[in-house]
Amino acid sequence: MLRTFHKGGIHPPDTKLSAHQPIRDLPLPGSVAVLLSQHMGAPARAVVNKGDAVKTGQLIARGEGFLSSHVHSPVSGTVAKIEEVHDVSGYRRQAVYIDVLGDDWEDSIIRDGTLDKNIRSDGEEILKKIVDAGIVGLGGATFPTHVKLSVPRGKEATCIIINGVECEPYLTADHALMLEKGEEIMVGIQLLKKALHVNKAYLGIENNKQDAVEHMQRLACGFEGIEVCELQVKYPQGGEKQLVQAIIGREVPSGGLPIDVGVVVFNVGTAFAVYEALQKNKPLIERIVTVTGRHLKQPSNFRTRIGTPVSVLIDAAGGIPENTGKIISGGPMMGKALSNTEVPVVKGTSGILILPEEESARQTSQPCIRCARCLSVCPMGLEPYLLMPLSQQNLFDRLEYEHIMDCIECGSCSYICPACRPLLDYIRLGKSNVGKIIRSRKK
Amino acid sequence: MTATIVYTIISLSLLGAVAAIVLYIVAQRFRVYEDPRIDLVEAELPAANCGGCGYAGCRNLAETLVKSENFEGLFCPVGGNETMARIGAILGREADTQETRIAVLRCNGSCENSPRTSNFDGAHTCAIVSALYSGETGCQYGCHGFGDCVAVCSFDALHMDPDTGLPVVDEQKCTACGACVKTCPRNLFELRKKWKGDKKIYVSCMNEDKGGLARKNCSVACIGCNKCFKVCPHEAIVMRNNLAFIDSYKCKLCRKCAPECPTHAIIETGFPPRKIKADEKTVEDTIIN
Amino acid sequence: MSKLLTVSPSPHIGSDQSVQELMYGVILSLVPALLVTLYVFGIGALIVVALSVFSCILFEWGIQKYLMKSEIRIRDGSAAVTGLLLAFNLPSNLPWWMVVLGALFAIGIGKMTYGGLGNNPFNPALVGRVFLLISFPVQMTSWPLPVVSRMHYLDATTGATPLGLLKEAVRNGEAVPEVMKQIPDHMQLFLGQMGGSLGEISALALIIGFIWLLYKRIITWHIPVFMVGTIFVFTGILWWLNPVRNATPVFHILTGGVLLGAIYMATDLVTSPMTRAGMILYAAGIGLITVIIRVYGAYPEGVSFAILIMNAFVPLINKYIKPRRFGEEVKHG
Repeated sequence: MLRTFHKGGIHPPDTKLSAHQPIRDLPLPGSVAVLLSQHMGAPARAVVNKGDAVKTGQLIARGEGFLSSHVHSPVSGTVAKIEEVHDVSGYRRQAVYIDVLGDDWEDSIIRDGTLDKNIRSDGEEILKKIVDAGIVGLGGATFPTHVKLSVPRGKEATCIIINGVECEPYLTADHALMLEKGEEIMVGIQLLKKALHVNKAYLGIENNKQDAVEHMQRLACGFEGIEVCELQVKYPQGGEKQLVQAIIGREVPSGGLPIDVGVVVFNVGTAFAVYEALQKNKPLIERIVTVTGRHLKQPSNFRTRIGTPVSVLIDAAGGIPENTGKIISGGPMMGKALSNTEVPVVKGTSGILILPEEESARQTSQPCIRCARCLSVCPMGLEPYLLMPLSQQNLFDRLEYEHIMDCIECGSCSYICPACRPLLDYIRLGKSNVGKIIRSRKK
Repeated sequence: MTATIVYTIISLSLLGAVAAIVLYIVAQRFRVYEDPRIDLVEAELPAANCGGCGYAGCRNLAETLVKSENFEGLFCPVGGNETMARIGAILGREADTQETRIAVLRCNGSCENSPRTSNFDGAHTCAIVSALYSGETGCQYGCHGFGDCVAVCSFDALHMDPDTGLPVVDEQKCTACGACVKTCPRNLFELRKKWKGDKKIYVSCMNEDKGGLARKNCSVACIGCNKCFKVCPHEAIVMRNNLAFIDSYKCKLCRKCAPECPTHAIIETGFPPRKIKADEKTVEDTIIN
Repeated sequence: MSKLLTVSPSPHIGSDQSVQELMYGVILSLVPALLVTLYVFGIGALIVVALSVFSCILFEWGIQKYLMKSEIRIRDGSAAVTGLLLAFNLPSNLPWWMVVLGALFAIGIGKMTYGGLGNNPFNPALVGRVFLLISFPVQMTSWPLPVVSRMHYLDATTGATPLGLLKEAVRNGEAVPEVMKQIPDHMQLFLGQMGGSLGEISALALIIGFIWLLYKRIITWHIPVFMVGTIFVFTGILWWLNPVRNATPVFHILTGGVLLGAIYMATDLVTSPMTRAGMILYAAGIGLITVIIRVYGAYPEGVSFAILIMNAFVPLINKYIKPRRFGEEVKHG
């Protein structure tokens, strides 16, 4: 029996349409819009002005404060303007628009594709380079990586876990990266281990990616202290808390972080970005984006410069299908639906999913029949059937008592509900309201 | 047979008597003293428990009123000045008077004026739409039209207009309790001074975008052109973030601003129809006097 | 683009199991039992089933349309399930107007007064049955003889159920093993050769339905297994203590609607607890109360009452038996 997390979980159909597509370089777009806020935390402050010439990899915005991150120019050209652009939520946010002119890279960046296994830096230097390269968690939450690497006083990291689970249906970006850049990822893991002064790393991969499991297991033999764990397929195994439990059996306490049980979790994409930052001096300016959908001509994995409009990606994959009803940034379980295709790719964009009209509309919601399916699939052991009406009635005290803040918003409850009730919609609303109350209480 | 009936009556009566005695003793022993004036004050309050005063309910407000030295910060918007005066008489204190107010929706982004740019499909509440994204129209400040305000109104004073997709305030029923103001995630409601005959002049827009962008997303958006600001003789108009705001307490309803607005974002209601330009002066005079 | 994109909160996909499918799955799983009962009770069974299902749907439609003025939801199949289960709890020679009355009570009082599907605390079919049982005890306990009277409806020859015979015998002080000789043996009971309500007679058909329900993941095994288990253990102890006064545990399980109750009535999604632990407690409670009513109470049969009594405890069970939260044991802060 393969390892997995113990509580709840669902099995949505895989639909990994682009699973065996090689990573292709997306041609440079005519212009990019680089958002100043691509990470969790305070937006970065632009350090270039309109009309400035920039090189690929040049710092264009500085992350100020602890919870923030630098932003680099993904292309070379001139800064056209610093103005607002629609982000995934449809709200307008500040971005640096750059008109692309050639592809002139910063001189310090090593651009050959050779593997460099030789680790030269010590822990401090690794941390500093990660800050300089503007690396954030590439799994989707975009939490600045250097913050994760700074273990709070009184806590100790004993191992790291690398997330190669990719439990979201459709997405294959991490899968493709592991197949093509396996060794680089391994070096990246060694670097992360060194930065945290730990000796053990686990790489978790679900067994629907058998080729990746075997490939990484073979590579792991050449590296000390890396164990590849094959995991049973179950959503949401990519959730930090679920992954920690699946791999080392420790349970992150309610309201806590993985570091509370001595673990720090990184995505494989992050490990690769760390490798590039340290060994190749390359900041985070591109990432792998899966463009997929049942009716799309050519579901693909693209190496995409940050700031590229989503429409360019869709065109490269064969153009937008006639019957498109919904375009999602991310996977179908936790991704955000876009209202507009001019949204730029950000550091956290793992995929673009195109759903046809018939799959876009929600089913009509029916009365709850108390079948308890939501309760049995909830990976956090909550009671969604109860939380939804409590949230509708604004009973915040009760919601807090029922531990709504433990919810990881994985969407398993809404997925499974036979009455198609919008459980997560209301739970998310209740969670944000209760969160506000808790924060105001702390002040 | 008779004996059974007699015994039943006697035993039941005894049981009743014992229970009554126990209840009486308990009631005496655990009685909580309450100021009798609380009941009197509560009787004066409208009993809507709307929370418009900031307290959990009418009883709660009554308790606070009785305890308070002066009525500072305590006001029942639903009952208004009359109710407060009567309560003042009961408690022997002077009650503040406040202007009567009314809720006004500051958005005119109807289906016609503000074209849809996406379709929302999810739980139909404004709060969820707001948390998710910028909304069905290009305007990220305007009304979602899912009617959270209608649901929260205790006085049946708000209704959705199916043609415009916007809520409409019923001026007869609105008590200015402020529930809609608190609920609207876009903060589109304002409590404005209520004039006789429900005359109103207000900027029906909350869009802070620059003129061109605002106009692109909504044909009746305030574009921050300053024209109304310049024409106002009473300094009632404030410009902030590309948006004009008419202070309802400074405004004298002179109607000079409305015709200036190039996008018709300034709405005036309750006035007699405008006469030809030459007569405008007289119309204003009659209103002011 | 000409068409507008749809935007909705995540998740953007859903499982394909719907309420309709659950309800129709239940109906499908009742087909074997229905076939058996049609074979055994014939025309009477057909009339009662058709009438009950039809009137339940009709009453639900009427109440939703004219009283609640809400959306018509008869297509979700819940009224049909209630009608079928109500019919399965009635004798096949029940006058037609009693069936209709029972359906009215089940849907009207048992379900719609609480606000319709999902809000009823008690199993509607059982509410209808118990109402009829208390109002018309004679008609509700005169059971047509199996097989022989299958061409008759109201004029069917009646006889007692095995449990009725047992109760009578125990009351008269007869020894149980003696009575058992007049009762069909366990194999016959298992296949459905006995007098009783429409649906309770064939254990085999019900178990086939149970396996189907498990296969389609409509119910979980916890409630049926623990309810039958409790009855088995409890009656087993009594039988072991005094075999002369008590029937065997297998006899208890095969008669009087224990299986029908365990598989279809107690597992009703709406009126059963949410957590596994709660389900087990609830099922054990039903088993216990059933045996107490059967052995010590006035009625020969107690499953309906036991389920209704435990239904009343479900909100309490849901309140106090919570699922174990992820990360709750570890202290933090």
